[in-house]
Amino acid sequence: MAQVTTSRDPREFISASRSKILSSMATGDRIFAFITRACAYGVFVLLLGIMISLIMGAWPAIKTFGLEFLITRRWAPQLDEPILGALAPIYGTLLTSFIAMLIAVPFGLGIAVFLTELCPIPLRRPIRVAVELLAGVPSIIYGMWGFFVLGPFLVHYVEPPIVWAVQDIPVLNIIFGAEMISNISLFNASLVLAIMILPFVTAIAVDVFSIVPPVLKESAYGIGCTTWEVVTNVVVPYARVGLVGGVMLALGRALGETMAVTYIIGNSFKIDGSIFSPGTTISAAIASEFAESSDLHRSALMYLGLILFILTFLVLAAARLMLMRLEKRAGA
Amino acid sequence: MSLYASRRRSNFTAMTLCLIATGIGIIWLFLILFSLILNGLPHLSFSTFVEMTPPPGETGGGLANSIFGTLLMTFLGVGVGAPIGVMAGTYLAEYGRYSKATPAIRFINDILLSAPSIIIGLFIYGLVVLPMKNFSALAGALALAVIVIPIVVRTTEDMLLLVPNTLREAASSMGLPRSHVVWHVAYRAARAGILTGILLGVARIAGETAPLLFTAFSNNFWSASLLKPIASLPTTINSFINTPDANMKELAWTGALIVTLAVLGLNIAARVLGVAKKQQ
Repeated sequence: MAQVTTSRDPREFISASRSKILSSMATGDRIFAFITRACAYGVFVLLLGIMISLIMGAWPAIKTFGLEFLITRRWAPQLDEPILGALAPIYGTLLTSFIAMLIAVPFGLGIAVFLTELCPIPLRRPIRVAVELLAGVPSIIYGMWGFFVLGPFLVHYVEPPIVWAVQDIPVLNIIFGAEMISNISLFNASLVLAIMILPFVTAIAVDVFSIVPPVLKESAYGIGCTTWEVVTNVVVPYARVGLVGGVMLALGRALGETMAVTYIIGNSFKIDGSIFSPGTTISAAIASEFAESSDLHRSALMYLGLILFILTFLVLAAARLMLMRLEKRAGA
Repeated sequence: MSLYASRRRSNFTAMTLCLIATGIGIIWLFLILFSLILNGLPHLSFSTFVEMTPPPGETGGGLANSIFGTLLMTFLGVGVGAPIGVMAGTYLAEYGRYSKATPAIRFINDILLSAPSIIIGLFIYGLVVLPMKNFSALAGALALAVIVIPIVVRTTEDMLLLVPNTLREAASSMGLPRSHVVWHVAYRAARAGILTGILLGVARIAGETAPLLFTAFSNNFWSASLLKPIASLPTTINSFINTPDANMKELAWTGALIVTLAVLGLNIAARVLGVAKKQQ
């Protein structure tokens, strides 16, 4: 058998198919890189899209009410010429979030201290999971549970004694005063919010505490500090930036929470200084009124949404910047 | 000696308070589960899963259309959101690891991760519902997809960053193109972590109500059309819990029990998967 059939050099054949494969691989690589980059920039586009669609939806209301919207107390969409102001929902949003933080932060920090300093190691994970699973419960469940279970309990056993105890003390009798105690109130909404954000505060606090170098803690224990002294003098100062960041992250969640609050807060647009009376938040107002609204009313709700988005954006941005600062230090 | 005693005392007080805080912290989960089981379990039966939502004034009925709607929109939402999220996470960790845009995109993604879900609902309302002039399952699924994306981006990036660079270098040194390195080496090493992220995304959107209120809306009848309003468990709970009708209220509690158990189950599954990966 003479080699008459192969007039071409086999090496030529191999190199041709090789370059073909290589170029197809290079093309595939370019396409894949392009897709991933497009998706990544898509995240950026998403944020822009949300901003633009909110501004467009809110535009009629922005034109009509301008910035006065922010300080107008009245909310009267039923009038022929509706008067709509965001002060009551902004007040409710800030107040409920503030009370929720006031309750959740000490508890979250306490749990974090317990988990990082006291808890026997085998128990750490189960306890942490039990707290963090709270974050998985859908918010509507918190809403109905708060309304049907927690609310009645508070109304019967917790709130009447408080109202009674402070009725003659000035200032306090306004804050804790109530004409009628019901399971629809700013305070109940705040408490449910506090339970909802507790897992966020706890998770971040545990993470931040565990960044503290053991050597620092050990040297403090070595000179005879008690656990509590180690926590207040070593752990907390070291982790301060991260803690503030974590707290603000939880605040961002609390500000925008919708379904948990909507049932309990009553969607009433008033500001009377009492935490036991009904109120509303931005998200509760949108959730309960958007479906039945039209024209200017709907646009005003979009305007509320825009305010909420900007508010949470600022809080979350500040939180992330602080957490990034801590990460940099931990990495260094 | 008295100084020492007072230091011991304040330490004891503080640590006791921490212990109490932990006790109070873990009790909520059990209290919530307890009331869900108390109110929801007695009415849970086979018919809950096969019968339609009842009109007011009737007895019986189930949640079949709502369960189907939730499954459909969750599936579609993850189907759309997860690939985009994985791709974007891949860019942040692989191709664009040292690009100047990466920290900015990561920052924005972290903000979207915690953005109020009702705002996402408003966004999709303006983007999809208004131009199409009606509420639809498609709009609901897209709203859920928008919520899934940042979650998956974050976990994918984190998991890919954990893959040792030596693996990538070994693959590259054999002449593999970058995309093959990502697909066959990085993805394979980070698979469990990426799956955990997707599962967490499913768990998050399965119970979402706020973004569906003005996108998918609600529907009392069976609908499998993507272009029509569709019922979902959370929105059905939302509309049934506030009715005076006892039967509908019971169904709302049953639905709440189903949704909570499903979501918690997914959360636990994601955790187990994450732990299995860590121990390897």
